[in-house]
Amino acid sequence: MVTGHGRLETIVRVWLPVAFFLVLALFPFYWMAITSLKPNAELYNKNVMPLIVHAPTLKHYVDLLTKSSFLLWTWNTMLVAVVATAISLVLGVMLAYPLARMRFAGAGLIAMTIAAIYLVPQPLLFIPLADVINRLGLGNTLTSVILTYPTMLVPFCAWLLLGYFKTVPKDLEEAARIDGASRLQTMRRIFLPLCTPGFISAGIFAFTLSQNEFLYALIFLTKTTVRTVPVGVIAELIRGDVFYWGQLMAGALLGSIPVALIYSFFVEHYVAGLTSGAVKA
Amino acid sequence: MTVASERLPAFGQAARRRPSLALVLDRESVFSWLMMALPLLFLAALVGYPFFYGILLSLQDRPVARVGTFVGLKNFITNFHDPIFWQVAINTFIYTGVATLLKMVGGLCLALAMNQHFRMKNLVRALLLLPFIVPTVLSTVAWLWMLDPAFSVVNRLLVALGWPKPGPSWLGNPTLAMVSIIVINTWRGLPFYGITLLAGLQTVPPELYEAATIDGAGGWQRFRFVTLPLLRPIILIVTLFSVIFTFADFQLVYVLTHGGPQNATNLFATYAFDIAMGAGQLGLGASIALAMLPALALLIVALTIYMRRE
Repeated sequence: MVTGHGRLETIVRVWLPVAFFLVLALFPFYWMAITSLKPNAELYNKNVMPLIVHAPTLKHYVDLLTKSSFLLWTWNTMLVAVVATAISLVLGVMLAYPLARMRFAGAGLIAMTIAAIYLVPQPLLFIPLADVINRLGLGNTLTSVILTYPTMLVPFCAWLLLGYFKTVPKDLEEAARIDGASRLQTMRRIFLPLCTPGFISAGIFAFTLSQNEFLYALIFLTKTTVRTVPVGVIAELIRGDVFYWGQLMAGALLGSIPVALIYSFFVEHYVAGLTSGAVKA
Repeated sequence: MTVASERLPAFGQAARRRPSLALVLDRESVFSWLMMALPLLFLAALVGYPFFYGILLSLQDRPVARVGTFVGLKNFITNFHDPIFWQVAINTFIYTGVATLLKMVGGLCLALAMNQHFRMKNLVRALLLLPFIVPTVLSTVAWLWMLDPAFSVVNRLLVALGWPKPGPSWLGNPTLAMVSIIVINTWRGLPFYGITLLAGLQTVPPELYEAATIDGAGGWQRFRFVTLPLLRPIILIVTLFSVIFTFADFQLVYVLTHGGPQNATNLFATYAFDIAMGAGQLGLGASIALAMLPALALLIVALTIYMRRE
């Protein structure tokens, strides 16, 4: 009797709220998945029970991959995300290392400026940036977004790495300095190899943010051949008032998979990065 | 170099007067500024310059692809007399305020629910974070389909539960459209609050709860007088973060309603986009985007100071 009561209490106190949040969080993805598998006859028939797939088909996926430029958009998205992330990590290190290890006049001001830039949202800058990109002749090139994504990612990586760098003990670097290594050698050969977990956290975040970016891509990339997945899906799979829901959901699902995969491998790093800024307080 | 100069006195004296390049480069300040020069130049060119250029644009009548003419504060005055601008301002504050409140309360509930012992906790945590990591535009398209006027699954479930057909017009009714974008923003942002606050909860020392229990504190009192005060710094920082990015939200509204119906969900960012990219009025658009600056600047300064103080 007592154990039965305890189990019921566990269900009410633990699993009921957890299940509520899980259903809330996951239902849209479930709906995405089953919509992408339903034939149109089932999708637009109000007399069929909607929560399960009665006659699954891969037609929407085949159409998406053969009749739209989805694969090209995926390639563009990956290319942009990888290059922008790499640039941001390198530039981020170049900012974070001196701020974490050196003492020089102006360090506080620079750190504060970087934090402030990180917090400047894109809508504040997109109109002048659009003009700058046009004048540079970079409209409809992937270079336009490869150059502009790091404007958000560099301050972000720098800030996250700065926090990480401060947790790395200084002993090895001091030993290297006594042995006559220059500051650059100490940083490259001794310090940076110790910081792999920090790079993984910052890298995943930067990669995720690049995949998620929409506003700059929407403005700078207006040709099919240079579009990224979010912009391609919104601009080309929604045609006027006619929605291709099966294809749209297939595209939304496939577009989410790269991020979800990378995230699932590094979820601990992701959570560590997510909470590092807040929890140290 | 240093070793060599110590061995040769004559050369050493020369080095003392004019230190070698390697030594200069090894000075903390020289090394630091050289290292930071490239990223700082990059940020100055692509953040600093556009920022000030945006201010200049807002003072111009500047149709797209043509030369601008300086008009002073005319754009800001136009906005001041534009009823849509004021509606956009009110929309943005309602959207930010309500969504932030929902995320804060919901996130705290999520964190408390997750801060218990149960099996597969790491898997559950990973799954709960999905709405936050999946590209916003793609998950928002799923919501667009879930709220479709003809085939909304939400409405079909409501009707099955006894709601009169055909169910609410989620994105067609001005009030419901605002409710919808707030709910979906909350859906996306909730995991960020939840998981961050959870990490905070896990740093609360168990002894504090034990001590409070010994002193006779009940569950609510333990939460009110132990948990909440210890979480306050985290709640503050997470909220400031989220307010900044909710205030300047663009993609969710762009995909879901384009600011409609009748501007009921138009926010600063979407309205500035309409004017600058849709109507081609770069100057006027820039002035609308800059209208966000006072509130944002206040938030950014507050958060920057707070982050530095840590």
